[in-house]
This record gives sequence, structure tokens and C-alpha cells, in this order.
Amino acid sequence: MRIALFVTCLADTLFPEAAKATVRLLERLGHEVVFPQDQTCCGQMHINTGYPDDALRLVRRHVRTFAPYDVVVAPSGSCVGSVRHQHAMVARRAGDERLASRAEEVAGRTYELSELLVDVLGVTDVGAFYPHRVTYHPTCHSLRMIRVGDKPLRLLRQVRGLDLVELPQAEQCCGFGGTFAVKNADTSTAMLADKMRHVLSTRADVCTAGDASCLMHIGGGLSRLRAGVRTVHLAEILASTEPVGRPAEQAQRDGVTA
Amino acid sequence: MSETFLGMPATAPRGVGHLRGDEPFPVAARRSLADAQLRRNLGHATATIRAKSAAVIGEVPDWQELREAGRAIKTDVMARLPELLEQLEAAVTAAGGTVHWAADAVEANRIVTDLVRATGSDRVMKVKSMATQEIGLNEALEAAGIEPVETDLAELIVQLGRDKPSHILVPAIHRNRAEIREIFLREMPGVDPALTDEPAILAAAARRHLRRTFLSTRVAVSGANFAVAETGTLAVVESEGNGRMCLTLPDTLITVMGIEKVIPTWTDLEVFLQLLPRASTGERMNPYTSMWTGVTPGDGPQDFHLVLLDNGRSAVLADEVGRQALHCIRCSACLNVCPVYERTGGHAYGSVYPGPIGAVLSPQLTGVEDNASLPYASSLCGACFDACPVMIDIPSILVHLRAQHTAAHRSEHRLPSAEAVTMAAAAYTMDHPPLYEAAQRASRVTRFAGRRGAGLPPPLSGWTIGRDLPQPPPQTFREWWAQR
Repeated sequence: MRIALFVTCLADTLFPEAAKATVRLLERLGHEVVFPQDQTCCGQMHINTGYPDDALRLVRRHVRTFAPYDVVVAPSGSCVGSVRHQHAMVARRAGDERLASRAEEVAGRTYELSELLVDVLGVTDVGAFYPHRVTYHPTCHSLRMIRVGDKPLRLLRQVRGLDLVELPQAEQCCGFGGTFAVKNADTSTAMLADKMRHVLSTRADVCTAGDASCLMHIGGGLSRLRAGVRTVHLAEILASTEPVGRPAEQAQRDGVTA
Repeated sequence: MSETFLGMPATAPRGVGHLRGDEPFPVAARRSLADAQLRRNLGHATATIRAKSAAVIGEVPDWQELREAGRAIKTDVMARLPELLEQLEAAVTAAGGTVHWAADAVEANRIVTDLVRATGSDRVMKVKSMATQEIGLNEALEAAGIEPVETDLAELIVQLGRDKPSHILVPAIHRNRAEIREIFLREMPGVDPALTDEPAILAAAARRHLRRTFLSTRVAVSGANFAVAETGTLAVVESEGNGRMCLTLPDTLITVMGIEKVIPTWTDLEVFLQLLPRASTGERMNPYTSMWTGVTPGDGPQDFHLVLLDNGRSAVLADEVGRQALHCIRCSACLNVCPVYERTGGHAYGSVYPGPIGAVLSPQLTGVEDNASLPYASSLCGACFDACPVMIDIPSILVHLRAQHTAAHRSEHRLPSAEAVTMAAAAYTMDHPPLYEAAQRASRVTRFAGRRGAGLPPPLSGWTIGRDLPQPPPQTFREWWAQR
């Protein structure tokens, strides 16, 4: 299948490993990944901060960029949520009904990674190997906006070597919320403190999720505490394979140096 | 009504009632967050209600259909509110009641005060009511020399403690039993000095205190959960029986009700009387459901007045996106599941309507600029939308109100805010891939120059106070892709 990668501005700029892993994983499963170069940002930050008029040009760009593709994937529940639930609204607000209906078409073909794997490609065992104790944080927009349900957990359960531990009060927000973490930094920190307490209680060495933004938040807090727990995007875990027998050429392509 | 409306309906007036806080949410929240006892009380109480509510909701196989029905009924009500209110007025009047229309808090307070004065009573007993809290009725009555006595246990705790309610349903949720014992010992006339902090002992003390009030007060003031337009029936649901006392024992009953509480038919109650107790107190049905229609000779209050309160509601109704906030049945499920409310408590919101519903209702009732920080008091996690028994899409209204706030700022100031400039510049940059790529490179260089974790300048520095920024990657994804 030919799949267009909607990389998200955050993964592109700060967390390229999550995006690279998405590419590697889908190619390993035998699919062709294309990267439409004109994409930048879906505009969610603008919309959620109260600037839908500024977001309009980004919605227009996103729709134009991804309209030609049958299947679009993003390693982010939040950005997919914005595409699905906000893009048409922004267009309608501006009185652009044509853009709204085109946005709805693109949204209908846009999937979060675990949705693409389980619902579209029909796989739960992606042949991954990841020998770590891992806990999974279901991000708010994955859980409640696009409702990925237990798809990420079904994928993680099939990963060889992975010891999956349940996160207490997993469904509670980590406190990121985009500009919320800046405008209400104290409340955000209080929410983060509880999330970190629960992550640490699992004694996992890795906390994973389907959104780089929430992981940046949780990981930033854990790093500040020198807690010794890493945050790793779901795509990176699913892309990991046994080091033995891994072709040198592939390793080189992945940017892994000897 | 003496006013003639031209253009937009009026918002709730300033200087009366409790819809506006003294300080922005982040400032008030900062203080609340530092109160360890408050955090503990709230964490315990909200977790308990959440678990109880989830268990009884789980018993109902058609919960989602009930929610849909609740939403549909409320949507219908909002679409023909004037017609339903006139139908209600006619039905209440036909049943021997008197209906008063109050455009705002000032008018409502004056109407109630005049009605109480006319009875000659200098004391009223009150059933817990959000509408009367909203308009500051107690203060208005006190100013007129009339003593209001709250009869709901939690509301009594708040009143005796000269405190403010912090939750729609459990107004003293921020207090634990040790604190309640102290308040009773200090403020309750004739209380047993050997009072302990056992819940049953505290409740018994309140009961003794209130019994005297119930038997000697001739006027009661209540709110209403529902009003049935076709029959003129008012409904109050409660858990303690104090409402039943107030609604049946006095000679005069005055009910202050927000105009959005009307429902079309008697059978619509079937939906809401299932939704409300399970979503609010985690009960299968309300312990006390009191319903009355006008006046019944020889039974209950012989003088009944219904005050229909607007106080900004027509302005909310005029907003296509925001009007669904009027669907609220005051169950407070959204407060109990909100990660922000659970940590800051209700006082931080300033208004009597705290939590997610308060963050969408208060700014609409007052006009967004009078509560400009509230639409931002949410991480948009969506837990409130899932919990709402009438499916109010609170996150979407929050986002909508944020846009209203930035638009209002733009029209009221000659210069755009720093945030607006940044956002416009970011949108322009992101709409020009070469500029976007240059910005990506620049951010990397800047970050390399700075110390890791000490990172961001104000206003972004709030984030880096408690968190490390990630190490900048050696190349962006698109650089990697280009080199593949």
C-alpha cells in the first residue's frame, strides 16, 4: 500500500526518531511510504490557542498537500484528532464550505499509526523485538478524541521481549495540553507530578505513548527528576527488531553508527 | 420588563452576584495548588464520587441512548425556549402560582426581597440552589434585613464558615470532617461542646440546628432542577430531605429558576431523573424527588412564586456553538473527572460555576472578557465531554471561547498582543516551507547555544521551570528524508 506520512511539525523538528521509526516499520511490513514535502503543521496549536483565522492557511495547506493520497498516517493521536475534528470546523467558521468538505475527505483517509496498523493493515504482530519493561500512557486525544481504544496495547502485547505493565490512572491527562502547559504552568506541573508518580510506581524503564507532545512533557519532567525512566514513542518500539541478523545496510540507512 | 433589546441580548451585570472572580485563574490556581490539605480533600472526594458514579452508570445498558435522549430534549428546548416559557407561565398561573420575569440578578434579587418583605418574615430558609448563589441572593436579603438560612448540610457548612462554595453539588468538598467540626463548634448556636468529627455526629448536630429553622420559618426560597412546561410542575431533587421540608412546611415558597431549566413534557422527566442521580451523586435514584404544581389548598405552601431568571442566558442562547452550555443539568460529573478541578478546586475559577462547565458557562454569561482566563483553564483532555450526561461538547466550546477572547482583544486594543503577533508569524512561516525549514535550523542553533533545560525565554519559561527540554536532534526528519 502507498501511504503518505503526515509527520507532524513536532516529530519533524524535535522527535524525528518517531517519524523515522514510522517509515521503517511500514516499509518493513512491505508498504511504500511517501513524504509530501509541502506539509508543515496542521494548525492545532493555533486553533486551540484561539487563533482559528491564522490556522485557516495551515488547514488549507494541509488539505492541499494530502488530498492526492488514499491513505495518510501520522504518529500522533492529537494531530489526527485535529484533522478529523477541527479542520472542517475552521473552514466552515471562515465560510469556506468547499474547503470544509475537502478537509472532511482528507480526514476520512487519515489514520493514527495504531489505527492504520490494526484497522487498515490488519496486523497486530509487527515482528518487533524490544526487551524492556514498558508502561503505556494513552494520550487524551488518542483515547477520547479519536478513540484508538486498546489498539496500541494489542500491538505492544505482540512485541517480543517486552514486559508490559499497566499504568495506574492511565486515562488521566499528563497536563500538557499545548499552550495550557505555558498559560497554566503550575496546574500543568501538578498534573504532571501525579502522572510521573504513577509511571514510577510501575517500575518500568520505558514510558510509551502515541504522541510525541505528551511524551515530551512526561519525559521532560522525568528527565528533570533524573528519574532514570525514558520516554519512547510507540512507533520506535514497534520498529525495533532483534539486533542479530539486522542487515548492516539497513542499520546504516537508519543513521545508526557502528 | 422595561428594557428594549436591540441587537445582542445583555450579559449578566457587574457588581452583583458571583459569576466573576477577583483574579485570573492561573493566579488563584497557584495558591490553591500549594494547599496540601485542599489537594488531599479534593483528590479523595472526587476519586470516591468518580468510582461510585462509574459503578452505577455501568449498570445501565442504554446509558449512551439516555445521554443522546437528554441532549435531544435539551436541543429542542433551546430551539423553542420562548414558547415553552410562556407555556410554563400559563400552566403555573392556572395552577395558582405567580410567575415573575427577571432580566438579571438585580431584578431577581429585588423581586425575591419584595416578596419576602410582603410576608412580614425576617428570615427565609433555603434549599441549595445554584441560581440564587449566582445572583448573590443571600447578600441581597441580608442587606434588606432578612436572614437567609441554608438548609443543605454542605451549604450550611459553607455559610457558617463564611466560606464560598467550591463545587456545584458538594459545595463544601474542599473541607474535611475535622475542619467541619471546628466550624460547627465555632459558629453553630447551642452546639454540644463534646462534638466529635464522626460524620453521623456532625450530621445529627446539623439536624438539631436545622429542625428549629424548619419548624419556625414561614418562607422558603428554592431553585429548580426542572420545570415541566405542559403541566407547570416544578421539580427539586436532593439527598438530605431538607428540600422536602422547605418545599412543604412554609406558607410561602419562592423558586428562582434559570430559564434554561424548562422541559417540554412530563415524560421528559423520565430521561433526566435517570441521568442526573447516576452522573452526579452516583445514586440509582435521588433519595428525595419533590414535585409541585402551583398551589394545592390545604397542602403545602399556599403562596407560590416562580422567578424566571435570564441573567445572560439569552446571550448564551444567541451563540450557536456556546448555547449547548445551557443544556447543563448541574450534575457536576465534569468537575469530578476534571484533572484541573481535582487539583485546583473550585475557588480558583472565581465564579459559582467551577470546573469545565463553569469554564464555558461563566464567560458566556458575563461576556468572555470578564472571565477571559477561564476558557484556558483546561488541557482539553476531553474527560468532561465523556462524562457529561447530556453530552455537552465542553472542549469545543472552550476552543470557541478562546477564539472569541482573541477576537475581543483584537477589537479592543490598537496593538495586537505579543501572542497574536507570534501566532500570526508562526502561521505565516508554516505556510512557507522554505521559511519553516529555516526556522527549524535556527531553533537548533539557538538551542545548542543555550544550556539544556534552562532553555526557554518568558512566557515559555513557565514550562521549563519543572521540565527539561529534549536534546535537539542532529537533523530534522525532512533533512533525514532528503538524504535517504
